[in-house]
Amino acid sequence: MTLVVQGLCTGYGRIPILNGVDFTVDEGEFVGILGHNGMGKTTLLKALMGYLPATGGRVHFAGDDITALEPHRRARLGLGYVPQGREIFPGLTVHDNLRMGCIERRDAGEDEIIANVLEEFPRLKPLLNRIGGALSGGEQQLLAVARCLCGGPRLVLLDEPTEGIQPSIIEEIVETLSRLRVANRRLTMILVEQNLDFIAQLSQRILVIQKGRITQEVRPDALRDANLIGEFVGIAT
Amino acid sequence: MSGRSLNLLGLLLVGVVGLAFMFLTPRLAELDTVLDLTVYIIMAVLALSLGLIWGYGGILCFGQSAFFGLGAYAYAIAMFNIGESTVPVLLAIILPAAFAALLGYFMFYGRISDVYLGVITLTVTLILFNSVNSTAGPNFHIGAARLGGFNGIPGIPPLNLPGDKNAVIDLEGMFYLSTASLLLTYFGLRLLLASQFGRIIVGIRENERRAELIGYDPRAYKLATFTIGGALAGFAGCLFANWGNFVSPTIFGLAQSAQIIIWVIVGGRGTLIGPIVGCIGIQWLSAALGANQPSGGSDLWSKIFANAPLILGSILIAFVLLVPKGLVPTLAEIVLSLFRRGRRSEQRGLEPQQAE
Amino acid sequence: MATPLLQTHDLSMNFGGVRAVRNVNFTLAEGELRCLIGPNGAGKSTFFKMLTGQLAPSQGQVLFRGHDISRAYAHQIARLGIGIKTQVPSVFDGLNVRENIWLAASRIGHRDEARRLVDEMLERIGLTKAASRMVGQLAHGQRQWVELGLVLATDPKLILLDEPAAGMTHDEVFKTAELVREINRTKALIVVEHDMQFIRMIAKQVTVFNQGSVLLEDNVENIMRDPRVRDIYLGKQAAA
Repeated sequence: MTLVVQGLCTGYGRIPILNGVDFTVDEGEFVGILGHNGMGKTTLLKALMGYLPATGGRVHFAGDDITALEPHRRARLGLGYVPQGREIFPGLTVHDNLRMGCIERRDAGEDEIIANVLEEFPRLKPLLNRIGGALSGGEQQLLAVARCLCGGPRLVLLDEPTEGIQPSIIEEIVETLSRLRVANRRLTMILVEQNLDFIAQLSQRILVIQKGRITQEVRPDALRDANLIGEFVGIAT
Repeated sequence: MSGRSLNLLGLLLVGVVGLAFMFLTPRLAELDTVLDLTVYIIMAVLALSLGLIWGYGGILCFGQSAFFGLGAYAYAIAMFNIGESTVPVLLAIILPAAFAALLGYFMFYGRISDVYLGVITLTVTLILFNSVNSTAGPNFHIGAARLGGFNGIPGIPPLNLPGDKNAVIDLEGMFYLSTASLLLTYFGLRLLLASQFGRIIVGIRENERRAELIGYDPRAYKLATFTIGGALAGFAGCLFANWGNFVSPTIFGLAQSAQIIIWVIVGGRGTLIGPIVGCIGIQWLSAALGANQPSGGSDLWSKIFANAPLILGSILIAFVLLVPKGLVPTLAEIVLSLFRRGRRSEQRGLEPQQAE
Repeated sequence: MATPLLQTHDLSMNFGGVRAVRNVNFTLAEGELRCLIGPNGAGKSTFFKMLTGQLAPSQGQVLFRGHDISRAYAHQIARLGIGIKTQVPSVFDGLNVRENIWLAASRIGHRDEARRLVDEMLERIGLTKAASRMVGQLAHGQRQWVELGLVLATDPKLILLDEPAAGMTHDEVFKTAELVREINRTKALIVVEHDMQFIRMIAKQVTVFNQGSVLLEDNVENIMRDPRVRDIYLGKQAAA
């Protein structure tokens, strides 16, 4: 069991957003999180990463209780986070962005790590000396994912990777992530998405979040049915 | 209770407390105290001028003392030349306002970024300080008024009732005038902020680009706000020149400029009562600490307590770190949350709020 | 032929040595709904910024209802009747929902009229109940609605929408498409969007940008079939 979340509550100031989230994710699983806007998807990822304090409940990762750990400690334990809006370093080159991702690695040399990661992201290879901010949105998203992988995470939290990205790069991201899943059977991923095709192609299970709780779990093929989707997210279409 | 009625209650409270303060103080307090309070209140008008342009207009001006000093000097110089105070008072408002408008025009229409805006206003203040400071010789005079350089201008004739130069306003009268001015400024600004203009400048502070994209010209609104702030600061300067019958270039100094900002930070940006509370509170505290000085013992603690700048500095740092929003907004939040908690316990099981 | 609502002639924008937009000639008829697609970095957002006065074009002209607005200020263009909903919602975060909409409505109507407009708009964007919530505390999707409300409340002739469906759930995308069609009954629109499903729901004519210039302009079906578009933009999706 990789991640165990029990009764997790959090919010912004006095406004409660998560009201007791329960779920588990096994090692090697790719799990999607689906929900209407405002139901707490991004908040859940932020709470898992430690950016928001838990006001209730527990989070265990690989046997350790990480409920009260600071984000950088969680990162050292193997949690990787690719936030919505990508947040690469716009003033650094692609190569330096990747080097930033390697900072906490002790197990291998920087050049070796970057070379390995670049194998999965061929599009970034010719761009290594480009400034991050000069990349297109899609390339920045690839860079953000690649940088996260440089840290050698065991669990990756991916927040809306397709937002504002052209269709051809979305396909590339799907292909890259699927390849990674095959190449590394132990890599675990939680992804928050609105793009149903994307989430259906990548996830083995999909958790539906409603009003700050996980209310349902569905199989990806169920997302082909438009009526079911309306039901899942709480609005009849 | 709705927000609107809370608002009215607050206004009523300020009015009643203000009027009571104005009419009771001279009857209950010694003349010395009344004199001290007068200068605190004059400075509170100055604090409000920055409270408007920084707290609501989002313009961080390091040079509010420039307009304050210009107002004081304009009044002094005009008074020596004219002798009757109606025109000098008007000049003390119009001149700083015009200067603010000119400076503002170049800054806002030149699209100077916020940081440089601070640098420019500070520089202008220091230029004024240095220029006026070096006018000590007898050859520096405007009409009958000698500028006096670093010595300043002493013996400034006091205000009189409009039109009658012999009906001079005495010290107690200055207290009434200053307090009434502060109350009028406060309520005037409340009206201004409740108007369409006031709501638009707050919108511009929140998101200038969006304000532009729905059709408001931020440059014009900022210029108008800045000019009103300049006029108010000038008026405060006029009152100040009257209070001590004296004005010197230190009025343009760095210390003075910094103080105004500190008052607003401590009291709270985005409120009007905050700058008043911050200003009067800090001045009272500095005076109280300053009074300790001569009697201070020789041990370390009494030395520390006698060091007013050290203590004020620590207070400021503590505020910036612990109460960044300032006194009044923080207190208001605490009161509101107590109020809400009281209500929430009555109706449990609210829907969880939505947010991402 | 009637005068077009919007026209650009050889519109170009250089940043340093980079030509983000090059010689774009674009025409939009009165009441038209046009979609703009293209890879990230193709110059769509820069194009929008030039139309709204946020950037002064390096070269070329923008004509809107006969006025040359190439050098006009953003607020002047807004007053002439172009509104824009930006990609990252640009709203007044420190104010509540009602105050946000009021700021827009009070530019075109005073007092009671503005108040009436605000109430109508709150109803229309479905945020009447959230009217006194601080906009900065709302979820991403709700802030999108607030921004749309702001833009609509100024009653523009032409609305530019930069990725209106980004970050929206499946059913919200449907709702947005419906709203866009409804807005189009009275106003012209240019919509930048990546979601092809969304585009198929709303558009007839599509303009494809690539590397700063217009690659082609055609109806949705032909665009989806075009091999060039497939190569640079759609990937395999178009074949599906």
